[in-house]
Amino acid sequence: MDFDLSEEQRLLKDSVERLVADKYDFESRKRYGAEPKGYSDALWTQYAELGILGLPFAEEDGGFGGGAVDTMIVMEALGRALVLEPYLATVVLGGGALRRAGSAAQRQKIIPQIAEGSLKLALAHAEPQARYNLANVAATAKRDGDGWVLNGAKSGVLHGDSADLLVVSARVSGDQTAENGVALFLVPADAGGLTRRGYATQDGLRAADIDMAGVRVGADALIGGESDGLAVVRRVYDDAIAATSAEAVGAMQRALELTVEYIKTRNQFGQPIGNFQALQHQAVDMFTALEQARSMAMYATMMTQEEDADERARAMAATRVQVGRSGRVVGKNGVQLHGGVGVTIEFAIGHYFKRLTMIDAMFGDADHHLGILSDLGGLLPAA
Amino acid sequence: MDLSFTPEEQAFREEVREFFRTALPEKLRAKLRAGHHVSKDEQVEWQRTLNKKGWAVPHWPVEWGGTGWDPVRQYIFREELMAAPAPEPLAFNASMCGPVIIQFGSEEQKKRFLPRMANLDDWWCQGFSEPGSGSDLASLKTSARRDGDFYVVNGQKTWTTLAQHADWIFCLVRTDPSAKPQRGISFLLIDMKTPGITVRPIITIEGGHEVNEVFFDDVRVPAENLVGEENRGWDYAKFLLGNERVGIARVGASKERVRRIKLLASESRHGNPPVLENARFREKLAAIEVELKALEMTQMRVVANMATLDGKPDPASSILKIKGSEIQQTLTELMVELAGPEALAYQPHGADGRNEPAAAPEWALTSAPNFFNYRKVSIYGGSNEIQKNIISKQVLGL
Repeated sequence: MDFDLSEEQRLLKDSVERLVADKYDFESRKRYGAEPKGYSDALWTQYAELGILGLPFAEEDGGFGGGAVDTMIVMEALGRALVLEPYLATVVLGGGALRRAGSAAQRQKIIPQIAEGSLKLALAHAEPQARYNLANVAATAKRDGDGWVLNGAKSGVLHGDSADLLVVSARVSGDQTAENGVALFLVPADAGGLTRRGYATQDGLRAADIDMAGVRVGADALIGGESDGLAVVRRVYDDAIAATSAEAVGAMQRALELTVEYIKTRNQFGQPIGNFQALQHQAVDMFTALEQARSMAMYATMMTQEEDADERARAMAATRVQVGRSGRVVGKNGVQLHGGVGVTIEFAIGHYFKRLTMIDAMFGDADHHLGILSDLGGLLPAA
Repeated sequence: MDLSFTPEEQAFREEVREFFRTALPEKLRAKLRAGHHVSKDEQVEWQRTLNKKGWAVPHWPVEWGGTGWDPVRQYIFREELMAAPAPEPLAFNASMCGPVIIQFGSEEQKKRFLPRMANLDDWWCQGFSEPGSGSDLASLKTSARRDGDFYVVNGQKTWTTLAQHADWIFCLVRTDPSAKPQRGISFLLIDMKTPGITVRPIITIEGGHEVNEVFFDDVRVPAENLVGEENRGWDYAKFLLGNERVGIARVGASKERVRRIKLLASESRHGNPPVLENARFREKLAAIEVELKALEMTQMRVVANMATLDGKPDPASSILKIKGSEIQQTLTELMVELAGPEALAYQPHGADGRNEPAAAPEWALTSAPNFFNYRKVSIYGGSNEIQKNIISKQVLGL
């Protein structure tokens, strides 16, 4: 049992944290958000130079052979600054599908481009009617000669508006909610028949709704088998749960720091409001929520490597419950302790609150995952 | 970063588990599983079994009976002990007074007290709280006036757990009334048989007798029973209170309760569907399991950091008491919910003749008393509100 980081990991942590500290203060973030894509391409190039875009991919595919702990380190650092760039969409989600299920040819063609920062990905899986049921896929893929024709609608595709290449799920066979019969395809964003409607999300990131009407792709577009795409999506979502939990921990840590700084310096009744016990205890509740979430983010990170799908599902569900609930405590208390300024757009704390809320809504919220965990019988055996 | 246990640690866990499987009397295990307290004789007998094995006080230095285990092995041992479930070593001996004597006591005191402490030849109790000094412990008034080779002690202690069994009491006493509150306190060891000591029971809400008032009326205590230096007792008390931060989470005990609740809730009673089929109950249980898992990981982080922090408390350790107590309390509450109407009958141990045996099973009969009794865990050892004050000051710098 060992919670220490290796020398390389410590260096990674230092360098990402330094980059974010130098380039990503609250004012800079506002500027990046106002750029055409809703983030900074210049920063994206710096991430490539730092080596974090190719981090989790195998070296033979053009990556850097990092593991789940490395992703945790990066996501936590990005979370501190509420980074806008499509790291999660490209590296964890879209890239994750390739990493988990792509052929050697696909990986060797695409991953070097991800690593050098010239290609951005998005994972287009969720559909308007699906809520959190990952198996609910109405989009279809039909064989057409050597290739495939895709039809259907995808929604809330994180950074789908600026991605160059989409990983799209579509049903090849089975009922709309069948576990089998879903396949994943690589679809260029400029493919004929594909339209995207991009929009800002509540937390200042970007997403897109996507329509596919007779989108043709070649045989080489299929990722993995034509009926087991859902298992890949589940695996990638588990990776994303671990990654966004680390991101949430970074965001919570910073939100707590901002709040403690604020109540130490804001004076009322002739003294800093941080002297008042009612406020102190709310700040302590934030700290406790943060540390419990940090523990579970570490746990989820370790459990991404668990091969037993049920065991992994239990761990991820438990993590989502804790991180979702912790995020809500930290976000709400953070705004409350800031008082009136906490609800203004000019103060950072509200933006942390919004991101933490949206992280919870992204891959199944705390309540949804509590249901999953309880239906799986919880974590411990009966005795 | 690797959160799995090494093969050696796993083998060690097996060894410990096997020992508890064979050495722990089945009657004792059943009693604890049913939610009962153990008697003094049972506690003593079990402690001697542990001592014979050399595992009575694992965290003490080897020369005084410790095992030399690293923090991870100590953690595994505690986990397995609580999972068994076996009686936990008497905290007053093993984790409170013992470590203070080891750290600050004289050679004579160590030789005289430590071996008897480890073997539970002497049952110790704690004389800290007073009627007027609860959370504000430093305001304590029990006085010890030097008179030749003796201290003469006068005053009153309260909340003294299991003083009715105790042979000795370690006390905080005021030796310098003119100094600042924290400066004038000393740490004194007092034989409970000394003339002038009176123990009176306090009955807690569930009807049990765990705690007492202890009165001191011109009690003459040999000066050699002073630990360390006069008027430094507050430092020793802080050392004592900071000592058992890891154990205080009682994660292993809560895990045992969760497993137990699951087993009981999966059984059909009186032809009714198992309670576990009720989604509301199941989700409450799942929610507390999440908290417990997070706390277990937090505790493991603290344990893993112990070596590197070299005795300094980990900031994360301060939440162990708060979360650990909340979880323990919620589990006792779930047990009451599980028992339903069968929680009703009051069947105190050693019934007085007015209570005939009720039909409900033992676990259901103990559920409400334990729920009532466990309100104590967020109050003792520094209430959770005091813990928040400490975190606010020491961790957040407020």
